[in-house]
Amino acid sequence: MEQLLNDFSPGLFVVQTILLLGLILLMVKFAWKPILNSLNDREEGIQSALDAAEKAKLEMENLQADNQKLLKEARAERETMLKEAREMKNKMIEDAKGEAEDQANKIIKQAQEAIKSEKKAAMSELKNHVAGLSLEIAEKVVRDELSNKDKQLELVEKMLGEESLTEA
Amino acid sequence: MVVISFICVLLRKFRNRNFTMKITYKSNPLIALLLVALFSANSFALDGGEKQDHQQHDGGQVDTKEEVEAYILHHLKDSHDFSLFSYTNSEGERKHFGFPLPIMLWTSKGFTAFMSSEFHHNDDGHVIVEKNGVKLAKIHGKIFELDQEATEVSFDDLHHATNAHKVFDISITKSVVGILIIGLLMLFWFSSLARQYKTKKIPTGFGRVLEPLVIYVRDEIAKPNIGAKNYRKFTGYLLTVFFFIWILNLVGLTPLGFNVTGQLAVTACLAIFTLIIYSFSGNKHYWGHIFWMPGVPVLIRPVLAIIELAGALLIKPFSLLVRLFANISAGHIVVMSLIAIMFTLKKDLTVGGATALSLLLSFFITLIEVLVAFLQAYIFTMLSALFIGMAVEEHEHH
Repeated sequence: MEQLLNDFSPGLFVVQTILLLGLILLMVKFAWKPILNSLNDREEGIQSALDAAEKAKLEMENLQADNQKLLKEARAERETMLKEAREMKNKMIEDAKGEAEDQANKIIKQAQEAIKSEKKAAMSELKNHVAGLSLEIAEKVVRDELSNKDKQLELVEKMLGEESLTEA
Repeated sequence: MVVISFICVLLRKFRNRNFTMKITYKSNPLIALLLVALFSANSFALDGGEKQDHQQHDGGQVDTKEEVEAYILHHLKDSHDFSLFSYTNSEGERKHFGFPLPIMLWTSKGFTAFMSSEFHHNDDGHVIVEKNGVKLAKIHGKIFELDQEATEVSFDDLHHATNAHKVFDISITKSVVGILIIGLLMLFWFSSLARQYKTKKIPTGFGRVLEPLVIYVRDEIAKPNIGAKNYRKFTGYLLTVFFFIWILNLVGLTPLGFNVTGQLAVTACLAIFTLIIYSFSGNKHYWGHIFWMPGVPVLIRPVLAIIELAGALLIKPFSLLVRLFANISAGHIVVMSLIAIMFTLKKDLTVGGATALSLLLSFFITLIEVLVAFLQAYIFTMLSALFIGMAVEEHEHH
């Protein structure tokens, strides 16, 4: 112990104290402060970059999900639109078909009626014509017959004879 | 080989130090056990009788157990020269390779400064330097001022100087040089990392190595121990201390021979910084728990206050300073002792055997020491953070 105390150099202690104090102050000012600040900044930068990347990933996922949803909706809408259109087409065809049939039937009916009435008219005209013609002929025959007395008597005779025969 | 031998040749004097190794044994039992096992045959007790002459004749070579011991103890201490290695030339003259450092003293006559080369590498008080009207001698790495009338240092039986006293020594010692170099290096590295962030998000080059270490200290030491709310203002201190201790521990393992974090003055300073920081940032719950512990009988509270106060102001910093000091010192002792096997077991194992054993053991221990260097920096920083965390913790239910 005495030897140790003897070896202890107060001068070296003082010099070391001054030098160490100077070294600490200089190192803190010129080395440790800028180094630790830069390390901190860098670590914070890395952390925020990682956070941002994570956030971007989440956003991307959301966006993708949205897109998927939109796509699904669009597809469903297209389906319904196509379905509606098909239905409409069918209905239209159906309607058109019905209407056309009605129209055709109506036209046919009208035509038939027209034909009927025409036929009636023609028939009545023909009847009238035939009646006139018959009257004319009858008039001519009658006039002719009446002009010859003998013949008329003969005829009456004949007619009477025929009558008696029949009764007999 | 060359490196190892010049480290060993480097040291020559200082053998009478009876360094108390008990502390190192306690705090690092594994390494200490290994040390004891390896050197159980060698006596740590030194008697410096005939050694003195022996050293004069062999030109300062370190090859006996006692010399190795003294060499290691000398290395553990701070030094006024930056010596890399020394050798003896053909004329038997001692040559030292390194450079002198400035000595700055506060003597009885005021401030004095000169270069350490004036002591001519003498470390036992034989060279007297006269400066500013005071006579100065260097004994075992400490500068002594001689009394006015004395002309040379006289020693008592325990090798203590009787006619000289220590002076206040604020020299640029080897440790101070280490602190300055590492401090500047840290400042350069980390401020250039800080500048990189101005132009780019992710650093390149060496900054890419430093950044995870900074994040490690922040996320594994500061945040969990102090809490996410308060950690920020203490992180600067913890980072500085962590890198300071770690780099200096590692530099201590190189052949440059720094032993900064093995200096009591340095570890004490670090521990006192931690003490000041957690004492001044302690909230009223923290101090309330120290002085007037809730939930115990009133009569026991003053007793607890004394215990708590001793724990907060003495035991915590003391454990910090001793742990770091002892671990690093033990590490240096073990590595150098294992290197020294090359010389101490030369006779028993032949030169080749001793060298191989030494290389093998010191290689693995050095690897462990690299781990310990990090571990001790981590533990010091972690405990500092823990103590600060205890002081600033929010108590909700009381």
